[in-house]
Amino acid sequence: MTDAATDLQLMTLDVNGEEHEVLAESRRTLVDVLRHDLRLTGTHVGCEHGICGACTVLVDDRPVRACLMFAAQAEGARIRTVESLSDGTDGCELSDLQQAFSAHHGLQCGFCTPGFLMLAEGFLAERPDASKEEIREVVAANLCRCTGYQTIVEAIDGCAAARRRAGKEK
Amino acid sequence: MTPRSTEDRLVGRSVARREDPRLLTGRGRFVDDIALPGMLHAQFVRSTVAHAEVTAVDLSAVRQVPGVVAAFTAEDLGLGDITARLDRPLTEFVPTAMPVLARDRVRYVGEPVAVVIARDAYAAEDGLEAAKVSYAPLTPVTCEDQALAEGAPRLHDDAPRNTLVDVSLFASEGIDAVFAAAPCVVHVDSRTGRQNALPLETRGTVAHWDDREEQLVLETCTQVPHQVRTVAARCLGLDERAVRVRVPDMGGGFGLKCVVGREEIAAAAAALRLRRPVKWIEDRKDALTASFLAREQHYDVRAAFDAEGRILGLDADVVCDMGAYSCYPFTAGIEPLMASAEMPGVYKVPAYRVRGRAITTNKAPTAPYRGVSRPQYVMVVERLFERAARELGLDPVEIRRRNVITDFPYTGVNGITYDPGSYREALDLCERTVREEGWYEKQAAAAAEGRHLGIGYSCFSERTGYGSTAFAQRKMEVVPGFDLSEVRMDTSGAVTVTTGTMSHGQSHETTMAQIVADELGLPLAKVKLHQGDTDRITYGWGTFASRSITVGGSAVRLAAAELGKKLRRIAAARWDVSPEETECGQGCVRRRDDPSMSLTYEQLAEIAYLKAHLLPKDIAPGLTGTAAFDVFNDGTFSNATHACVVELHEGTGQVEILRYVCVEDCGVAINPQVVEGQCRGGIAQGIAGALFEQVTYDAQGEPSATGFMDYKVPTAHEIPDVAIHHLETPCAFTETGAKGAGEGGTIGAPAAVLNAVNDALRSTGVELDHTPITPEAVHDALRRQRTLERAR
Repeated sequence: MTDAATDLQLMTLDVNGEEHEVLAESRRTLVDVLRHDLRLTGTHVGCEHGICGACTVLVDDRPVRACLMFAAQAEGARIRTVESLSDGTDGCELSDLQQAFSAHHGLQCGFCTPGFLMLAEGFLAERPDASKEEIREVVAANLCRCTGYQTIVEAIDGCAAARRRAGKEK
Repeated sequence: MTPRSTEDRLVGRSVARREDPRLLTGRGRFVDDIALPGMLHAQFVRSTVAHAEVTAVDLSAVRQVPGVVAAFTAEDLGLGDITARLDRPLTEFVPTAMPVLARDRVRYVGEPVAVVIARDAYAAEDGLEAAKVSYAPLTPVTCEDQALAEGAPRLHDDAPRNTLVDVSLFASEGIDAVFAAAPCVVHVDSRTGRQNALPLETRGTVAHWDDREEQLVLETCTQVPHQVRTVAARCLGLDERAVRVRVPDMGGGFGLKCVVGREEIAAAAAALRLRRPVKWIEDRKDALTASFLAREQHYDVRAAFDAEGRILGLDADVVCDMGAYSCYPFTAGIEPLMASAEMPGVYKVPAYRVRGRAITTNKAPTAPYRGVSRPQYVMVVERLFERAARELGLDPVEIRRRNVITDFPYTGVNGITYDPGSYREALDLCERTVREEGWYEKQAAAAAEGRHLGIGYSCFSERTGYGSTAFAQRKMEVVPGFDLSEVRMDTSGAVTVTTGTMSHGQSHETTMAQIVADELGLPLAKVKLHQGDTDRITYGWGTFASRSITVGGSAVRLAAAELGKKLRRIAAARWDVSPEETECGQGCVRRRDDPSMSLTYEQLAEIAYLKAHLLPKDIAPGLTGTAAFDVFNDGTFSNATHACVVELHEGTGQVEILRYVCVEDCGVAINPQVVEGQCRGGIAQGIAGALFEQVTYDAQGEPSATGFMDYKVPTAHEIPDVAIHHLETPCAFTETGAKGAGEGGTIGAPAAVLNAVNDALRSTGVELDHTPITPEAVHDALRRQRTLERAR
């Protein structure tokens, strides 16, 4: 539905398993709708041109730059943001991936972190057996200015290894 | 007093960061996460030319754009200028008046000319496109040679030859004779590229007027909240009380956010004018072109050595391209004065002469980026040692060994007294590590195959914990240095701690809490740090110059000790003993003679607040401890040696880092994991400057890098893992024994990388002295060399 005068579009977005109706300009990016219309501010904006990856979210399980996608394009897809990773009644129980980032000091200022988390979440779901070198390749998709990347790679690798160990024990 | 037994101490342990849970779950609150009712959005009309008279600014069409609420020029807002000053004569320092919005003149591409306020950020950008600014172009000055040329166009009327700072801090008597007689004189002419400190979060602010508090509230991502308050109050004509600066979570800063930006003041002015909240979030293009840049410097330095490789003298001429304006509060003096004061570094240099200049050009202004001149002069001095070693046939590590300071305290030719460090030990351990890992054999094997492996070192110290005394020597109009803290205990026995420092990734919520928890014998969870609020913190100088743990950490420890004293006085009065007969520990005050006699902090807090009638007359109700800390000597020096192993690919000109080793000594590490994080992150930024990042300008002053396609920020592909070894020489005069750890990585990396590259190039006869060492630079140098060889 498009309003010709103001170019407003009514869209339905499935975010973290919840349906949201949003009335927004068709030029509005997915990241702006997530952050400013739905107030899911965990996803960040670092460059607005698809390089830094701070805005990475999962769209139908695949990591996507939410700054390069219009919100309208995400209709009908399942969108997941960093807010979906943690658990518990208060939503603050850290997932194994989040715990690994903390244990390895894989974040300092924390601004790029949600993007790396969603990148890793999507990648490990697809490639649970990824080697450390393959993880490094994927980590190279996003920018971090604080850590020098080593501890991000180690956190994701540590998480993957722990999941594999847990899988074998079952 | 030992509130905690050694094994229970939190200082020295890598405890989990307090910041992590909220940042990992997306519950951090950064400036762009703030939304206030009725909030409007600001964007800036920016100059499209580097140097011009502004003849007209027409915003009438802007105001017609749907969604635009208002648009203001400098004239509309009538704001004061931002002017940073040094207390030096005009022959040494010329201040620049930086208008919040340009009035009749623009001095760089990206300079803000007008502000557009709209109902959302999209409409604000629509508004920018409708702005009409007319210019009468002036000749742009885009490089050092143009700036210093006879008859060069002037950026600022008071600054002949575009020179803002020209200071000769040292000139040892007889230095010319030293050079004339020296058996070995080497020379390095080095230029470093203009960089962006590049916090992933760009700058931004949310400003609103609070009618009830009669205050302008500026929620802004800054490393220096109190300095922003001062400038905002001055520019807007408000009492400082009427400005409250609050800092949300911050996505990095690295120095770029330790100066006051004009956009935050303009947004505040608009919020006052419209009486509605105004948000400004810088986009990446503006962050790359129009915010504060850094690092572009030129060093022309000679060093004299005796036949055994002992340095006899250093003679330096430093020119720093500071761009269009001095930054507040540091001024354009920050870079040349840092280089001039500290260049002799870790070496015993008997004679020293230096001239330091800051020039102004039609480029975005600069801020003191992580390291401040030290990455550059360390690189130059380390190049000089390598070059001397080659000339004298000495091993490059051995020549350093013969020259590093080993007897402390040592007062250098620069008049600075260095406190104890491990310069020699760090160098030895670093070399041993590289040797034991077999890199010298690998280098020889590679050479046999015609491949170019190089090993490079850098050896340096970093002055941290500048107090008021040390900063006063820079003659800034405002003199940073001290820090204040208050530790307050509530009725439940939990404490809140304030600091004037401002973490933007450095984990102060964790490390400062570790210090306080140890001092009082409290669990970490009972201690909460508050920073970045000018109403809650009496005064502070923020976070820069690796000062937070040295100065701020000392202040919080002293404040906690003051609170401890009060707790003991209350307990002692209850027991009718002297406070000396009591001690704090494990959440209570105990009697020394009978540790079974104790009062918990909760019990004491109850007396102090809820049963004050039980207090003796000479003890006031309430439980706070306050303290100030300052450093009255030259500060404390962290030190490190870095080693880098590279392979240089002749075909592509690419430099691949195969190994990176860092041996560092920052005294007592409050949280070793945090220190390692600072090292690794710093090294990554140093490598970025050494190999990748540069903002260039064309002849018209148009910046080349407007996005990350043009400004190459290294990724996990390019940044290697870093092996870190710790040495610990505690500082004698900080309250924790800690020295600063924030900048060392960035300082040491360019030198280690450049030396490694030159070692790899040894067989080709090419030497490189400029950064970034891009593939093009390597390729061009090799091609020139081949042409030269063919000509012979």
